[in-house]
Order: sequence, then C-alpha cells, then structure tokens
Amino acid sequence: MNACTRDEWMTIAAARLLPDRSVCFVGIGLPSAACNLARLTHAPGIVLIYESGAIGTRPDVLPLSIGDGELAETAACVVPLPEVFSYYLQAGRIDIGFLGAAQIDRHGNLNSTVIGSYDAPTTRLPGAGGAPEIAQHAKQVFVMARASKRSFVERIDFRTSAGYLDGHGARARSGAPGGGPRAVITDFGMLAPHPQSEELQLVALFAGASVEEARAAIGWPLVVADHLDTIAPPSAHELDTLRALNARTREAHARPVRIPL
Amino acid sequence: MLLPLAEAIERHVADGASVALEGFTHLIPFAAGHEIIRQGRRNLHLIRMTPDIIYDQLIGMGCARKLTFSWGGNPGVGSLHRLRDAVEHQWPQPLELDEHSHAGMAAAFCAGAARLPFGMLRGYAGTDLPAHNQNIRRVQCPFTGEMLAAVPALNPDVTILHAQRADRAGNVAIDGIVGAAREAALAAKTLIVTVEEIVDALPPAMNAIVLPHWVVSAVVACPGGAYPSYAHGHYVRDNAFYRQWDAIARERASFLAWMEQHVLGTRDHRAFLAGLQQEAA
Repeated sequence: MNACTRDEWMTIAAARLLPDRSVCFVGIGLPSAACNLARLTHAPGIVLIYESGAIGTRPDVLPLSIGDGELAETAACVVPLPEVFSYYLQAGRIDIGFLGAAQIDRHGNLNSTVIGSYDAPTTRLPGAGGAPEIAQHAKQVFVMARASKRSFVERIDFRTSAGYLDGHGARARSGAPGGGPRAVITDFGMLAPHPQSEELQLVALFAGASVEEARAAIGWPLVVADHLDTIAPPSAHELDTLRALNARTREAHARPVRIPL
Repeated sequence: MLLPLAEAIERHVADGASVALEGFTHLIPFAAGHEIIRQGRRNLHLIRMTPDIIYDQLIGMGCARKLTFSWGGNPGVGSLHRLRDAVEHQWPQPLELDEHSHAGMAAAFCAGAARLPFGMLRGYAGTDLPAHNQNIRRVQCPFTGEMLAAVPALNPDVTILHAQRADRAGNVAIDGIVGAAREAALAAKTLIVTVEEIVDALPPAMNAIVLPHWVVSAVVACPGGAYPSYAHGHYVRDNAFYRQWDAIARERASFLAWMEQHVLGTRDHRAFLAGLQQEAA
C-alpha cells in the first residue's frame, strides 16, 4: 500500500473510527470524505449532519461547500441552521464532531482564527464557523490535521475552540458537556489524550511510519503512549471505494455549469 | 411592492446602513450585492454568517466599514483574499470586525426576529472570542444560576434574500437549504427579496418557508440572481467559478479589473450573466 497518499491514509484511518449508526457532525474536506467513506463501507447506518441543515444525507459525490445542493437532495430532512445548532448540537444529540485547524496544541485546543495577534494578524484565517460549539457539545471530537511544526505547536496564537484547555481535568471543571478531542488523525498516525494529563500522545502509527518521523513533525516533545498500536494498511476495498468517491467528485466539480440566463 | 432591482436598492439601501444579504451557500443574493456596488454605497455595516464571494466583492470595492460574521472563507477553496487584505492591510479601507461563531450568530438572528434584546446559548466556552468582542458576554439564568453566553440581537436596517418564487401579493417561498434566511428576514427593519420567478399562486407546500407579504418590503423579479451560488430547482452552484475566484481576487489589480469589466461595466444582472456566458463560449 505504499502507493497510497497521506490524505488517503488519514481519511481511511478516520473512517474506521466511526461506528455504524453513530450521529456525526461533518465538516468540509477530509472529514467529509472520511464520513462518507465510512457510510459506503462498514457503517451504512451512520447519520451525517452538515451545518447547512442537511440531516441524514447520503451524497453520491462529496460537496465542495457545506451547502451544495447534493446534500439537500439526498438528505432525510433539511432544517433551518439555528435548529441544527440549538436543537441538535447544543441539545447533546451529536455523537462525533469533526474539526480541523491551522494550529493545535498539546491539549487539543484549536486555532482557525488568526496567525499573529488578533488586532494585527499576519494571516487572517476564516474563523470559527461551527467549531467552538462542536468542540463544546459533541460527545467526542475527532481532529484531522496534516502534521508540521507550524501546525502542531507549543502555543496556539488564538483559541478558537477548546480541547482540554490546560489539561489535568480543566475541561471537565469548566463544565463543558462534550468529551473533547478523543483522537487526532494526522500524517503518520494518531494522537490521543493521556487519561490523567490530557496531553496528546502518540498512540498509533501507520504501518511503515516511525516514532522519529512523528516526533519530527510535532512542535512539542511528543510522548509515546505505554501501548503503541499499528494501524493496518488500507484494504483494497477501502482504497477502491475512496478513490471512486474522489473520482466522481472531481468529475462532478469540473463539469461546466449552465449560466442561468 | 414589485420593484426593479435598481430602484429597490436606491430606495431602501442607504450609505451607512446595516445590511444582511443572507442565504447559507444556497440562494446568495449576488445580483442585489452587485447593484449595491454599481450604485457606489459606502460605509455599510455588512452582516452575514459566511461572507462568501459577494462580501469579498463589496469589501474590496470599498463599500463596507464593518463586518459581522462567523466564517469568512471561500467554501472548500480557501481564503477570501479581499476580506484578508482589508483585515491584514486595511485595503481599501479599515474593516471593523464583529466576529462570532455560527451558533452565536444564529442566536442573534433568532433574538432579532423575536424582537428580544439578546440571544443566549451554551457557547463560546473556553474560546478567545469574548476577549476580543464586546458583543459576546455572559448572563446568569435567573432560575438555575447557570452562566450562559449572550449576544445582542441582530436587527439589520435591511435584509436582502434571494428566493425561488413569490406570488403577486408578495408572499415568498423558499425550498432547499434555508440557513438562517427566515430569521434574518424577520429580524430586519426592511426586507427585499429577489426571486427567480413571480407566479400567480405559490405551489401548495405546507412546510416550505413562506415569508408572508406584510413582512416583505419589496419583491424583485431577478432570474439567475443567486449565480454563482445556486437556486435549488433552477440552477446548480458553479463550483468551478468559486475555484476561479481564488485567482481573480488574489491580487488587487486582477480583482479591480474583473469588477470593472463584469460588475461596474454591466448595466444589470442580465448583462453580467451574458458577459460571463460570452467569456465561457
């Protein structure tokens, strides 16, 4: 399976974490690919919710935006956006929320707002979107982020959404109802919080990846968990299904659109 | 009630007004936004959960002094370069930010629609947003003592929506993804709706959103008015255009040239679409 890309590795590893019939709050990009791959392989009963209001959606191609028509057409129902956030997310009806970020720290706190200071940023990022409340309320959060010392950092420049705050139970003491970031899926494998310190540790490596490679990509002294797993290579079925999904998506997004004149 | 687009903007959108062009990815009122640019409005307070390309254009053309928003990217593509340039380099002018999360902004629209002074939510916990925005505060529940996040109601001077259809009395029907369109509409002091078509009678649909005629200030017949976003049942989102926008908007010169040719250089939305069609041919 050496031929598979790191994005394919990450997508397949994330998909495997999703139980059948779980209710997932999905973001655009790799999370959307992972959730739909799970739906097309081992988890046909998974319920995918996009913040645009599409509930129980089963898109044939991945959406480019969070509100593509495909999501509405294949949804069990479409509800107004305030309902998604108050009646479903805030009400505790989401099992798994997916987040990405430009920066993540060792306690799983995320930044998607600015690089530099808020008032005079060197890079203005898109901002919070649904992230702060997904991080607060989802029963568990999975983070997908490509690893580098610029993204996995000692200190994030801005806390857009809360992970375990300063660790050692700080999140639970803050009263956040959700469970926080239980898994961080990245280029070489997976990080997860230590049960006491809540510091992200290396818990699994992709077959063929090394601890040295992981340490080189993380901006804090990465601790290896007492038990280090190996993530089995993608099966032919997983890889074929994902590649077919991506091919359908590329073809659909490249199709010329009639200008409504 | 039934107005041409130019007259609706002329009459209802004043310099300095707070304006919400809503529609969550779907039904974004591009034609109305372009007309605001053509008429050279200034110092607007723009309100929109996802600024999208239309606010990138309004900001880059110098129409805005302030932005209330919750996610400012080009969906699935990357940055809104004109928004970034305004924040990072104050070009073409400084832009004040009133920044929220989606949940917070949805609560603010709901409160606005209900004419309550603030919206509340279990939100913003452990985030740095409240430290940078006076419009995110805490309030104590008088019954349980729980501390909740509070945001002031959003009541735009003008909300502009695009919808699939209205009838001749001005009742408006929307189907597909609705986002916070209904809340933004009912929160506004003035509501303008551009539509794909005006029909004698709305199709019977018990749960499609209908904005009743007496909350609607003006209806504008404007086919294609949401392009390059989309109108479910009429045309699909032009995802390729959203990708192309990244290159157009990346540099000031290419942005201005595009806006000059396609928006300032066209009389109306029909001419705008015809220009793009000609280019594609």
